Amino acid sequence: MNGTAMNRSTSRTWWQTAIGVLFTAVMLFPVYWMLNVSFTRDQDMRKSPPDLIPLHGTLEGYRAVLDQQLPYLGTSLVIGLGTVVLTVALAAPAGYALAKLRPRGGGVLSFLFLVAQMIPGIIMAMGFYAIYLSLGLLQSVPGLIVADSTLAVPFAVLIFTAFMSGIPGELLQAAKTDGAGPLRTFWSIVLPMSRNAIVTVSLFAFLWSWSDFVFASTLANGGAHEPITLGIYHYIGNNNQQWNAIMATAVVASLPAAVILVLAQRYVAAGVTAGAVKD
Amino acid sequence: MSHMTQVPHRRPVRHHSGAALTAPPRARRRPTSQQWAAWGFLAPVTLYLVLFYAYPLYRNIDLSLRNYTVRSFVQGDAPFTGLANYRTVLDDPTFAPALLHTVVFTTVCLVFQYAIGLALAVFFNQRFRLSATLRALFLVPWLLPLIVSASTWSWMLTSDSGVVNAVLHAVGIGPVNWLTAPGWSLASVIIANIWIGVPFNLVVLHSGLQSIPASLYEAAALDGANAWQRFWRITFPLLRPVSAITLLLGLVYTLKVFDIIWIMTKGGPADSSTTFATWSYQLGFGNLLPAFGPGAAVGNLLVVAALVFGLVYARVQRKQALS
Repeated sequence: MNGTAMNRSTSRTWWQTAIGVLFTAVMLFPVYWMLNVSFTRDQDMRKSPPDLIPLHGTLEGYRAVLDQQLPYLGTSLVIGLGTVVLTVALAAPAGYALAKLRPRGGGVLSFLFLVAQMIPGIIMAMGFYAIYLSLGLLQSVPGLIVADSTLAVPFAVLIFTAFMSGIPGELLQAAKTDGAGPLRTFWSIVLPMSRNAIVTVSLFAFLWSWSDFVFASTLANGGAHEPITLGIYHYIGNNNQQWNAIMATAVVASLPAAVILVLAQRYVAAGVTAGAVKD
Repeated sequence: MSHMTQVPHRRPVRHHSGAALTAPPRARRRPTSQQWAAWGFLAPVTLYLVLFYAYPLYRNIDLSLRNYTVRSFVQGDAPFTGLANYRTVLDDPTFAPALLHTVVFTTVCLVFQYAIGLALAVFFNQRFRLSATLRALFLVPWLLPLIVSASTWSWMLTSDSGVVNAVLHAVGIGPVNWLTAPGWSLASVIIANIWIGVPFNLVVLHSGLQSIPASLYEAAALDGANAWQRFWRITFPLLRPVSAITLLLGLVYTLKVFDIIWIMTKGGPADSSTTFATWSYQLGFGNLLPAFGPGAAVGNLLVVAALVFGLVYARVQRKQALS
């Protein structure tokens, strides 16, 4: 690749950048449109053709978010963080065992995790509904945390196993020689060295539980603590007129994704390709 | 990515651990204690797998084999009816359209996501200013909560004041009732889902492209191959393993797409965009009188389909890891 890139004249590169920007603009147009609508006044909402930029910008939509959506956002935050903690706590030890302790039957377990990822969320939701109904866990925050964690745990085990396999065996052997047991080795050596994997897993676990709609709509619908995805969904259902408020909520709900993309882009790319590409 | 790719090469640790042991009498007992430790670390996640995967799946199968009503759902004394729910589902007039829509939705989404993703991956694989930044921006649609994407697309596609119809009007095409005309609703959700799926294909295929050695292209260029030939003779064949994995993963993900369709059209109007995923939800949760049994039956058909392709995926992936 390097060679061909160098042969290219600068004018050619300039054109490619221009085309690339154009592609990106087309791709991100819906995102721009969401922003645009979120600033549009109610009376301009049904205008045809619509204003391409918010000429008479208003913050009404965002005021509505502050007034009505904060509890939903808070719930989503708590559920997201809970999912992260639960996912890492379950998957990191499992990854260590599968990568370094060679358990009998480990291959079968890894395979089961691969298969678990294939089960449609709607099926899981129906099963959870039946179970939570009898346990009285419907519309509860812990119940939703557990359900949301099923979106991330198989992926997390896969990431941790792959990452921890890369930790040099000599290092763990040295710890063993110094008298450290498996627990100590895991806690003081493996875990600190796996920072990157922990970040990747946490990001995705948070993002997936923050974005979850299937579990929220089946397990938390109508409860006292509903996540933001249901906040938006109720909004769409209830007042079809106030689209600036709906889109303002959507913008706010997109913030975690935006922040993560800006601050932790390489972890995201690592996570996207982890399941699909094996060098 | 780089920190995860070297994984399979570091296996021969086994020999070291045996050789490093200095106390022979304990050496034989070591593997046993390590097994205990290993399964100690695995115990929580194994329990979790049983409780939160196996049991919900079992409950779902149980649901599909009994005649549940709201009352018996709470009391748990529904009569066993065998495959009656499956027969109900197969005889349902919604079955044939739902099957057709699922197949069309999955196929069309896959083809376009892959083709657009590959074209963009090849484009962004050229080095030019901002290419890495722009590629990162392409991830946005994939990272957004589905409800955000779906509601944004709904509003863009509304008949009277949607921006899509405004653009079409500007080029002289009459308004299309994207979400309310039975002939267009499936196309609408397909468009939205392609938009969401392109970034995943782009990122994975792009990382696949980077493993193709540049020397091959240079040699081909020396032999006078043009860009088109280079793509079909080098890029495409060498990308086949990554393409296979991308398409299979895409297949499994697309089969279970529910959020987008449900939020945009609820499977309507008149079941014109119903797939197995939305139908299953519709039966179980969408009506005032829930039909849990048939809903679970539809869901289980979906599980079987997803598992079949999932197993193919696992097989392909293992084969590639070995080669």
